[in-house]
Amino acid sequence: MSTAETTSAPTQAPRKINIQVLGPIIALVVLVIVGALMNSNFLSYANVTNVLARSAFIGIIAVGMTFVITAGGLDLSVGSMAAFIAGLMILVMNYLLPSMGNGVPIILVGMLAALVAGLAAGFLNGFLITNMRIEAFIVTLGTMGIYRSLVTWLADGGTLSLDFGLRQTYRPVYYEGILGISWPIIIFALVAIAGEIVMRKTAFGRYCAAIGSNDQVARYSSVDVGRVRILTYILLGVLVGVATIMYVPRLGSASSSTGVLWELEAIAAVIIGGTMLKGGFGRVWGTVVGVLILSLIGNILNLTDFVSPYLNGAIQGVIIILAVILQRGRKAEG
Amino acid sequence: MTSATAALSLEGIDRSFGPVQVLFGVAIDLFPGEVHALIGENGAGKSTTMKIMGGYLSPSHGTVSVGGEPVRFRSSDEAEAQGIVMIHQEFNLAEDLTVEENVFLGHELRKGLFLDKKAMREETVALLDRLDCRVDPKARVRDISTPDKQMVEIAKALRRDARVLIMDEPTAVLTNREAEVLFEQVDRLRSQGVALLFTSHKLDEVKRISDRVTVMRDGHVVESRPTSELTADSMAEAMVGRELSNLFPKRSAEISSDIALKVSNLTVPGHATDVSFELRRGEVLGLSGLIGSGRTETMEGLVGLRSHEGTVEIDGEAVKITSPRDAQSRGLVYLTEDRKSRGLVLNMGLRENLTLQSLPRFAKPFLDQKAEEEALDKAIKDFDIRAPDRSMKAGNLSGGNQQKLLVAKIMLAEPRIVIIDEPTRGIDIGTKQQIYEFIHHLAAEGVSVIVISSEMTEVIGLADRIIVMRQGRVAGEVSGAEKTEDAIVRLAMGLGARETETTA
Ligand SMILES: Nc1ncnc2c1ncn2[C@@H]1O[C@H](COP(=O)(O)OP(=O)(O)OP(=O)(O)O)[C@@H](O)[C@H]1O
Ligand SMILES: [Mg+2]
Repeated sequence: MSTAETTSAPTQAPRKINIQVLGPIIALVVLVIVGALMNSNFLSYANVTNVLARSAFIGIIAVGMTFVITAGGLDLSVGSMAAFIAGLMILVMNYLLPSMGNGVPIILVGMLAALVAGLAAGFLNGFLITNMRIEAFIVTLGTMGIYRSLVTWLADGGTLSLDFGLRQTYRPVYYEGILGISWPIIIFALVAIAGEIVMRKTAFGRYCAAIGSNDQVARYSSVDVGRVRILTYILLGVLVGVATIMYVPRLGSASSSTGVLWELEAIAAVIIGGTMLKGGFGRVWGTVVGVLILSLIGNILNLTDFVSPYLNGAIQGVIIILAVILQRGRKAEG
Repeated sequence: MTSATAALSLEGIDRSFGPVQVLFGVAIDLFPGEVHALIGENGAGKSTTMKIMGGYLSPSHGTVSVGGEPVRFRSSDEAEAQGIVMIHQEFNLAEDLTVEENVFLGHELRKGLFLDKKAMREETVALLDRLDCRVDPKARVRDISTPDKQMVEIAKALRRDARVLIMDEPTAVLTNREAEVLFEQVDRLRSQGVALLFTSHKLDEVKRISDRVTVMRDGHVVESRPTSELTADSMAEAMVGRELSNLFPKRSAEISSDIALKVSNLTVPGHATDVSFELRRGEVLGLSGLIGSGRTETMEGLVGLRSHEGTVEIDGEAVKITSPRDAQSRGLVYLTEDRKSRGLVLNMGLRENLTLQSLPRFAKPFLDQKAEEEALDKAIKDFDIRAPDRSMKAGNLSGGNQQKLLVAKIMLAEPRIVIIDEPTRGIDIGTKQQIYEFIHHLAAEGVSVIVISSEMTEVIGLADRIIVMRQGRVAGEVSGAEKTEDAIVRLAMGLGARETETTA
């Protein structure tokens, strides 16, 4: 039931400039222009820093998600994983406070705990998916529920708060930076750049795409498919840890509502950026653009009273669907 | 209507992909009750022409007529409705469905509201029987072998009362015996007045079953005449545009006496039992046997793609191989017979496919794109890969050129022992010669080669020694003067080999 492919006229534009590459960037530019026209504060230093710092958490996670999705996987658990890690980190630091005292070392121990927890959680997802051969959707749906419930339980249904003194010590990690750029933005930028390099310039990135396209071919080509898959989940887990490290000092607390829907925002950013949901092709810079698009929509709606901010979700939804329609265009052409 | 009216005809067909034109004014007439062969080098445009006939592609210019009436197919369904059925070079089966579900896909039999599974099962069994194919109708297509997939494709096409049947390299994966079964069906259809068109790179079979031959070169029809006026050699010349000398080069190099690979009692559950053989350094060993004899599965077991038992020694050292990675780290590499679903990542570029198997060599730690491009240059030159555009996706190469890329990819891994399963599947005769030379060259350099091929002449021409398998066991071995088609067939069919000695 195949349809005859209609002729692509030889007068077609050169293939380097195509809508799939430029689409997300154009959308971003349009949003910036719209925002600037609608509100003079939009391009102010304060607003720009605010938008970027808030997108950093989702952004760092979405970079990891790009690898998972490119390799043909999916991770629904990242939001609850972030909440769980945040809770764990707070508990560890509060617990160690009497013995270690307030200061930089205890914060470093907390950070280390977050990274280790992220690594372990990512490994668990990856292990269940690759070694036990359970669908990624099922596994991460399961762990999503588990982590969410664990953090609720740890907080006894309420909120876990970081000790007030510790909060003061930790605060600068979110609120300060260098040269007027706050730490979350710097870390996000570093993660994104590293991610882009890994995706395009290393064997690991190439393997992810090959596995996502056709894991049989990868296996026949001597690629250790299981190991690469697990590594994508571990990488994502560690990045969730990094995001949590940046997030905790912002509010100094964690509860059952921490990180709700982060997984969907991260996945949406990846898709808007042009990575294929079914795997086989991914680009990290696209994900970064996707994250920015999503945060700008929210920001613009908040700054203007043209459209109600309550419609934020609807507009984001439309953009996601548009992005997928564009992707399909590319597939039919190839 | 008289037989002077073509059942299907093309006139002045042009076709371009993006800026690249691949067909130029192609004209072909298919007559009822005639078997028409379309031949040409890899990338000449045969598959593209056929897809236009079958409604899978539309022409940029030109007319397609059915029974003398110009038509414009918007989809393959419209072509099928007119009785034009096509079997693709790269299979068009739903891998996750069963054999019988595929045979009836889109044409399910119904009893009232429900599917009539019983009738479909019976008809599938009957069809497969007619093709002498023993595949289980309930087996998932992804689990059956490549030749069986081809048979399922043929069964599927036979079901659709075709007026015009188009087959793109139907015999590429079949042994002579299975091809004969197909030709019986072709004869039957011809006598029923069906117009048939097929392509093949096996020119002897073109000579044998076709009534008319059309030759394409670089997107043009260069010749079309009754088969009786041509010989296999003159066809090859018309295709390639030059004279072809001996297809199989003479072996000159000495085979060393060192044992490179020793396999004892290799058992791959369900496919092979107690297979033992030795392979010397610089030797070319052929592996023959009918489809379903377990040739491919044995070798897949050997390189760790399937679970297996038995002992394997490489260069005298016992090794445990549980994955293709293990095997490759010992210099043992396997080239799959199934290029589409196991060989190439179709939606990746040529460069990415070429280096996938040897990527660690290009990562220092960042991928050296320049070195990769150089490797691609070399592969294009060594294997004569004809790609209209270097940056195209592997899936857009013509079938034979995909195969060349696959061979290049395996060779880039610099194996010391290489197992090549149907190395020249779908490759034109000119390039075949180049690949044979390449294999001999490898052997002369001390690489040990195992060749699996359903083309008897290929195994006989290439190999120093041939092991014949039957029902998962080694049935015997032939070498030297006994390397005849007859001896191999006798062993493969279990008729007992009169003068052949059997291996331990
Ligand atoms: N979708 C596509 N996009 C770009 N180029 C294509 C596409 N399909 C085919 N081509 C090009 O068209 C040319 C003709 O291809 P075609 O598949 O018709 O060759 P063929 O004669 O069937 O060769 P083979 O014997 O190798 O099967 C080739 O150069 C091929 O790369
Ligand atoms: Mg072809």
